[in-house]
Amino acid sequence: MSPTMIKTAQAGGHHDDGSTRILGFWIYILQDLFLFATFFANFAVFSASYSSAETPKEFIDLNFVLIETFILLTSSITYGFAMIGVRKNSVSATRLWLFITFILGALFISMELYEFHHLFAEGAPYLRDAQGNIIPYANGIDDGRGGGIAAYWSAFFSLVGLHGLHVTAGLVVMVCMFVHLGMHGLTARNKARLGCLSLFWHFLDIVWIGVFTAVYLLGVL
Amino acid sequence: MGDPTAAPFEALGQVPIVLYTCLAIVVIAVLVVAGILLLGWWGSLWRNWITSVDHKRLGIMYVVLAVVMLVRGFADAIMMRTHQAMALGEGSGYLPPEHYDQIFTAHGVIMIFFMATPLLFGLFNFVIPLQIGARDVAFPFLNNLSFWLTFAGAILINISLGVGNFGRVGWLAYPPLSGLSGSPDTGVDYYIWSLQLSGVATTMGAINFLVTIFKMRAPGMTLMKMPIFCWSAVVSNALILMIYPVLMAAYIFLTLDRYLGFHFFTNDGAGNPMVWINYVWVFGHPEVYVLVLPAFGILSEVVPVFSSKRLFGYSAMIWALLVILVLSFLVWVHHFFTMGAGIAVNTFFSIMTMIISVPTGVKIFNWLFTMYKGRIRFEPPMLWCMGMIFTFVGGGLTGVMLSLASADWAFHNSAFLVAHFHHTIIGGVVFSYLAGFVFWFPKAFGFKLNRTLGIASFWCWFVGFYVAFFPLYVVGLKGATRRMQHFMDPAWQIYYIVMVVGVFIIALGILSLVLQLILAIIHGCKLKGNLPVGKADPWGDGRSLEWSVSSPPPPYNFATVPQVSTTDAYWQMKVEGKPIKTSGFQPVHMPSNTAAGFWIGIFALILGFALVWHIWWLVMLCFIGAVASFICYSFFGDHDGYYIPAAKVQEHEEAFARIEAKGRKA
Ligand code: HEM
Ligand SMILES: [Cu+2]
Repeated sequence: MSPTMIKTAQAGGHHDDGSTRILGFWIYILQDLFLFATFFANFAVFSASYSSAETPKEFIDLNFVLIETFILLTSSITYGFAMIGVRKNSVSATRLWLFITFILGALFISMELYEFHHLFAEGAPYLRDAQGNIIPYANGIDDGRGGGIAAYWSAFFSLVGLHGLHVTAGLVVMVCMFVHLGMHGLTARNKARLGCLSLFWHFLDIVWIGVFTAVYLLGVL
Repeated sequence: MGDPTAAPFEALGQVPIVLYTCLAIVVIAVLVVAGILLLGWWGSLWRNWITSVDHKRLGIMYVVLAVVMLVRGFADAIMMRTHQAMALGEGSGYLPPEHYDQIFTAHGVIMIFFMATPLLFGLFNFVIPLQIGARDVAFPFLNNLSFWLTFAGAILINISLGVGNFGRVGWLAYPPLSGLSGSPDTGVDYYIWSLQLSGVATTMGAINFLVTIFKMRAPGMTLMKMPIFCWSAVVSNALILMIYPVLMAAYIFLTLDRYLGFHFFTNDGAGNPMVWINYVWVFGHPEVYVLVLPAFGILSEVVPVFSSKRLFGYSAMIWALLVILVLSFLVWVHHFFTMGAGIAVNTFFSIMTMIISVPTGVKIFNWLFTMYKGRIRFEPPMLWCMGMIFTFVGGGLTGVMLSLASADWAFHNSAFLVAHFHHTIIGGVVFSYLAGFVFWFPKAFGFKLNRTLGIASFWCWFVGFYVAFFPLYVVGLKGATRRMQHFMDPAWQIYYIVMVVGVFIIALGILSLVLQLILAIIHGCKLKGNLPVGKADPWGDGRSLEWSVSSPPPPYNFATVPQVSTTDAYWQMKVEGKPIKTSGFQPVHMPSNTAAGFWIGIFALILGFALVWHIWWLVMLCFIGAVASFICYSFFGDHDGYYIPAAKVQEHEEAFARIEAKGRKA
């Protein structure tokens, strides 16, 4: 029996109905919004707490981040095309646009990782002693000398990183969606799944606009 | 400072109580597992409970977890109180400071997150779908997963008893004490990861119940015709949705401080511990409403039934709930008036705190007016409710005393405060949940708990509470601070001895409760686990839909989805004298069981343990295991469910109709 038939067979509003799933996902996104809100507030609180570490001005390349931003925003558009594919019941169009979205998302994450790596390699986030030398920090063990990264950078990496982790999770789900599409095609259930992922992906875009403004523009300009 | 993961078994060697407790727990666990295997119950346990996605069974599992954790948390309380009664002046008691500190932390955390919260979710699970006329929750698999994640958290926190130690930081773990500089060993890590697990579970549960209530109400049941308990669940779950992310974020920051050399709540590196204190109380104050609003909901269900009257002020109840939803976010600073935020800030929060008692008062009056001129029956659920109304008002009054910012400079962190929050939490939350527990028990199993023991349990808790906590107000006013392992002034000893007497009276109350359950289990064993179909409304005068189906309800709850036209839908059916339908049934679609939730829970448990002990390869393995289990479930799980054939439905409904007909003649 195909899932669609079951859907019509369940009178009286039963689980696994697409709209229930989507409402659940909306509510999940609301709670995620509160998580991000806390991270934003946290960043605001510590936005000038550099201690002995460097300030972000010299280390962040706004053009680089702008490209990152455009890539992510474009991926939202391409996901939109994937959803048009879903509407038209065309598995191949859905697959194609999903694939392009995936590539753009992966590019975004790679650029972000590169940026993080660059910041650490330059030594920007580390606390320094009176001579300006980085205080060593033994992994997980406080050696009593107070090494590590300053509060500003702690808030920076946790906020940007949280967004990055979300995008990564979205990429993992995209890979799973290829498998789902391969197994069953565009069934009602897979459509609901793609709908949820679409909400998630656009949501991450909007959050990124917040990150770009609060962290990069206000921080660097 | 050395390696935080050194000497994991130190406590076992040095503190005999810990050693014997651990041995006892291990022996009991082995006996239980062996018993299950020898009696050949494993298969049935696996099929009917562990992998079950039935909201009723999950509800029962949550309640079992909560009762076990109540005993655990109460054992901590007995230890603290008996110790304190000895540790004054010359006396030194029997718990070294470093152990005492772990005990009050574990007690607070377990009582709030692993006793009260699971009990709450147990009641939500069992009651909500039945009250709104649904056949299950919106996401049955997530429901099962939530339970197993909660379970994993509870096990993880209890592992800390034997392996390593627990935090010595109080239930909200203020830094810098909870940071690496104040707590270099793994105690705080146990705290963080067990609460992170239960936090994820609670959030998923909240999403599930909100969707269930918004999407799956029986036709005709508009929001303003919904039972108050469901309304309180809406508000409580909405609060969970907004505050748990804040707590989880705070834990993530603390984790980064402790594991990766970040500086959020440290004294150096431009960190600021007061930020943490704001986060945890932005969570912590609404959290008390998460717990107490459903308690109000339970009273609004129980009081009308045992007064044989409809609830007074139905819509006022709902508006009061919604006002509290908003106000609960505007009072958090009253937990740290002493921070020195300045007159304007403290005054604002002081006034808001006083205002929040207004909607609460509205509710109290509504229950009193419901009882007024009603025919009150003093059954155990009603006794708990009346005890709750009386006690909770008192706790509210001392709360208003604490809300005066200037007075709070004296009360802050004193034993007076500890007396206040136990007053509201035992009087308000525990009494109500127990009311709900004895009230809905016959719905779950078809027979009532022993009445005499129930009444004994209530009176022991009620009297014991006053004996155990009123002297605490007094010593608090005399200057005793909280979280103290030893007091200098021997003159206070008499108060502490009275409190111990009170604690043992409460112990009798818990014993009666456990005896009730043992009698119930014996009854169940005599029936070999086949509970007969029982009549719908064992208390008489039931008003909402859960009382319209057989007790225990069939797996599909409602053979035909009921049509609702008023509040108190079942009452209306009784008034109209609707006969029970016995023919013309459709097959019922049901979700299939799954083991995925269980395995994800197990992976999460080991993941937490590996994180605590910095075993990074195991962290990777379990993380991938948990994610892969989830993904595999989405690929290969049985999402189509199955059908209960119409004939089976018919069989059950006919048996039910026979029982009901017999009941009516008698
Ligand atoms: C049943 C009888 C109970 C007794 C005798 C009891 C006793 C105690 C004692 C002695 C303390 C430590 C006070 C101190 O030294 O500062 C304490 C703390 C606490 N209790 Fe209870 N308790 C009981 C029930 C509960 C319940 C039902 C809850 C919550 C649902 C609860 C939540 C807490 C919390 C949150 C703390 C604060 C822990 C901390 O200081 O961080 N207790 N209790
Ligand atoms: Cu509060």
